[in-house]
This record gives sequence, C-alpha cells and structure tokens, in this order.
Amino acid sequence: MTVSEPGPPPLLSLRGVGMRFPNGVRALDGFDLEVARGEFLSLLGPSGCGKSTVLRLVAGLARATEGEVSRPAGVRVGVVFQEPTLMPWADAFDNVRLPMRLAGRGAGEVRDEVMAVLARVGLADFAHAYPRELSGGMRMRVSIARALVTRPGLLLLDEPFAALDEITRGRLDDDLLALWGEQGLTVVFVTHSVYEAVYLSTRVAVLGGRPGRLVESIDVDAPHPRDEAFRATPGYAGTCLRASAALKAAMA
Amino acid sequence: MSGPREAGTAAARRAGAALAPFAVIVLLLLGWEATVRIGAIPPYILPAPSLVAATLWRDLPSLLPSLWFTLKITVGALLLAVTGGVLLAAVFALSRPIETALFPLAIVLQVTPIVAIAPLILIYVESTTAALLICAFIVAFFPILANTVVGLRSADAGLGDLFTLYEASRWQRLRLLLVPSALPYFLAGLRIAGGLALIGAVVAEFAAGAAGRETGLASRILEASFRTEIPKMFAALVLVSIVGIAIFAVFDLLARRLLGRWHDTELPRG
Repeated sequence: MTVSEPGPPPLLSLRGVGMRFPNGVRALDGFDLEVARGEFLSLLGPSGCGKSTVLRLVAGLARATEGEVSRPAGVRVGVVFQEPTLMPWADAFDNVRLPMRLAGRGAGEVRDEVMAVLARVGLADFAHAYPRELSGGMRMRVSIARALVTRPGLLLLDEPFAALDEITRGRLDDDLLALWGEQGLTVVFVTHSVYEAVYLSTRVAVLGGRPGRLVESIDVDAPHPRDEAFRATPGYAGTCLRASAALKAAMA
Repeated sequence: MSGPREAGTAAARRAGAALAPFAVIVLLLLGWEATVRIGAIPPYILPAPSLVAATLWRDLPSLLPSLWFTLKITVGALLLAVTGGVLLAAVFALSRPIETALFPLAIVLQVTPIVAIAPLILIYVESTTAALLICAFIVAFFPILANTVVGLRSADAGLGDLFTLYEASRWQRLRLLLVPSALPYFLAGLRIAGGLALIGAVVAEFAAGAAGRETGLASRILEASFRTEIPKMFAALVLVSIVGIAIFAVFDLLARRLLGRWHDTELPRG
C-alpha cells in the first residue's frame, strides 16, 4: 500500500493543474499528483507554495484555471481547516451534525451517529458544550468529528494542528493515525512540519513555491501502526533528513 | 464550571453592579432637592424633584394618553425600521450593485437632521400621525440597515466553504449561517434604533407643534412651557426618559437571551 505501483486507478489525480488568481498571482503551475486509495499523503512545503490551494481544488472549493482535477464520483470528502471553523452559536453536537443537517436529515435521526463520532474523538461528555467553552485541542477534535460524521472516503486536512501546543499536537497526530487505520480512509494532509509529515504519512510530497510545483515524492516505508518509538528509528531520521534537504532545495 | 461559592460571590457582585446606577441617581436627586430647598429657588425656575413627582402623580391621568401616543409612534416606527432595514440589508447582501446604488441615499437620509425634514414631511403628509411615524422611522432605519449589512457580511469564510462543500442550499446558508452571524450586529443596531425612534418621535412632534386631537409627550412639554408650568414640563420629560430606559432595557434583555446561549451549557436540547 505504500508504493503506488501500476494497478488500481488512483482515487484522485491532478494533471497539469495551473491556478492563477484574479490578481495575477500564479499559485500553481503544471502540477501533477496522484493519490492511491488508502494512502496517507502529506503535502509538505513552505508557506505560500500553494499547498492549501491544492487542497481547495481537491475539495471542489476552487476551480483550476488550467489542467484537470479528477476524483471518482461518489467519494465523499471531509475537510478540516487550519482553524476549527465551528459555529460559535451551536454546541459541539450541533456543529458535528451540520453536514447531515445540510443533507436534510433531522437531529433525532442522526443522534446515534453523531454521538458515536463524538465519542470516537473523546468528546462524548462535551456534546452540549459551546466552542468557547472548549480548549483549542478540543475544538479541533470537534472539527475532525464533523469531517468524519459523513463517513468520507477522502479526508483533507489543511495544517490542522499548527496552532496547537506540541503535546496536544502529538496526541491529535496519533488519534488521526488511528482513525486512518480503522476506517480505511485516504488522507491528504497539508503541513509545513517535516517531522509531522514523516511521522504520519505513507508518502510525503514536497512542494516548491511560487508557482507551486511538485519537487519530490518520498515514500515512507515504515509499517503502521506507528508510535513514539518510530521517532527514534534510523529510518525516521533518514527520511526526515531527505525531506528537509528536498524542502531546502525547493526554497532555494 | 464554578463552584457554588464562586457563583454566590459572582451573584453578589452582579447585584452590586446593578445597584450602583440607582445609587448614583438617588444621590443626584437628593443633591438637587437640597439645592432647591437651601437656595429657596422658585419652582418656575427649577422645581424640586419632590414637586416634579407630585405633579407627575397629579397629572398622570392626563399625561397617560400622551405617553401611550408617543409609545405607539415609537414602537410603530421601530417595527417599520426593523422590517425595512432587514429586508433592504438582505437585498444589499445579495447584490453589491444594488448596495452601491442605494447606500448613498440611505446615508443622505441618515445625515440630514430630522428637525430639518420634519416640517416638509408635515406639509406633504396629511395625517399628523403618519408624518410623525415617518420621521421616527427615518432616524431608526439607518442603524438597523447598516448593522445588518455588516452582520450578514461578517459570516466566517471558512464556514462559508464548509456550507459549499456540503452543498447547502441558498435558504440553508441564509438560515443556518448568515442569520446567526448577523444576529449580534442586528441586536446592537436595534438597541441604537430603539433610542433613536423615540428621539425621532419626540423631535417630529416638536416640529409639528401642539396640534391635532391626539398628542404625544412632546406636545405636552410645549403646551406646559407656553403656560410656564415648569414642574409639568419636568413631569412629561420624566415620562419620556422612562420610555427610553424601558426600550433600552427590553432590547438589552433580548440580546442577552439570544446571545447568552452561545456560552450556556445548561440548555436542554430539543
């Protein structure tokens, strides 16, 4: 699963994708990327390299000005943004239930599903807490629960833990890996942390900036499940060095 | 999650904070009363608060219909302002070109002093009541419009993306995203508009003069001044203030009821 040999068609593919904003800034140019089903792919790159743009294109929140973004119909997408992006006027339960509400399903009908997802992210006791009563990490968990409640096949995360402290971040990284392992998800994870990217992913795509392009694709062969011990292995250190070097070269 | 004791001291602090303004008012009134008595100031120059209170009590039966009339104009104008302001704000939020075209007009209405327009409106509109209603509406309308427009635009962009991602309909976006986002702004506008509607109603009535069968508190103040019944002027003024304070208190309570829920865990879920 770690190497994308010719075989089943990719879940997601971007071919020759270019993106030019109305103000003339080129965010992406000739961008190619394939994501196989079940992959945990990190997009690693400096700020302003177009990582978030790739994510928005994949989510369907933006339209490429050139090239082609294709993902098979019927694959549900969940997105976790940089900020928790919760509705401050609604409690955790109602925030998580939003996607189902927008699909026209009533609160009674989805209660069990919503509560199950909240329990999965460790917030069963906080279903009726409002966002302002939750810590930063808990808000992010609500945001993840909301992305998972529709049982997506593809989960997109845009630097989701960047604003959190080291310990909370590590914990959420592990939770995310566990979710990926048990739900058969495909994950595309945007980050600017080399260590986070290598720790989590089956593959790290290193992006260079202005306009954004794919510089190097690094497979991380270590088997999952991974834990803290993985961070102490020579393989982890070696891959981190390689990714750092690629990143440095991309920024030069 | 505060303990019962913390909750207790917090309640005591709240009670203290609520009593402080009353204490200030009582002190001011006592000072006023003392000044008038010690200085033997005649009531046609400055009546003592006790005399104003007595006058208010004596004239209440004749002042109450005027109070009712002013209240009707104020509340009526406010209802019109809320309806018109919110509807127009929704149109503005949907269409930038319409906003660009119409907003300057709204500003012209806002910056032109109502005292200056009132006589014209009184000429063109035959019914005095309708003219007063229009004047009060004009001043109350703008804060509602301006605040609601900003509120509707203040919706979080990330949440907007989320609604796009889950293919929300226009109606869902309005009801579940735009309206709750705009609510705090609207309520702030409403609080300002409430006070302004009262001012508009009173000012317009001053411009109209004490005419017509039905008259509000402003006419009674004018009438009393013609007869140099200074204590009665004060009595009517007290009633105007009470109306203003009541309007403010109602909207303050409304805002707290509607927005307090955002950080209230104890609410049962339906």
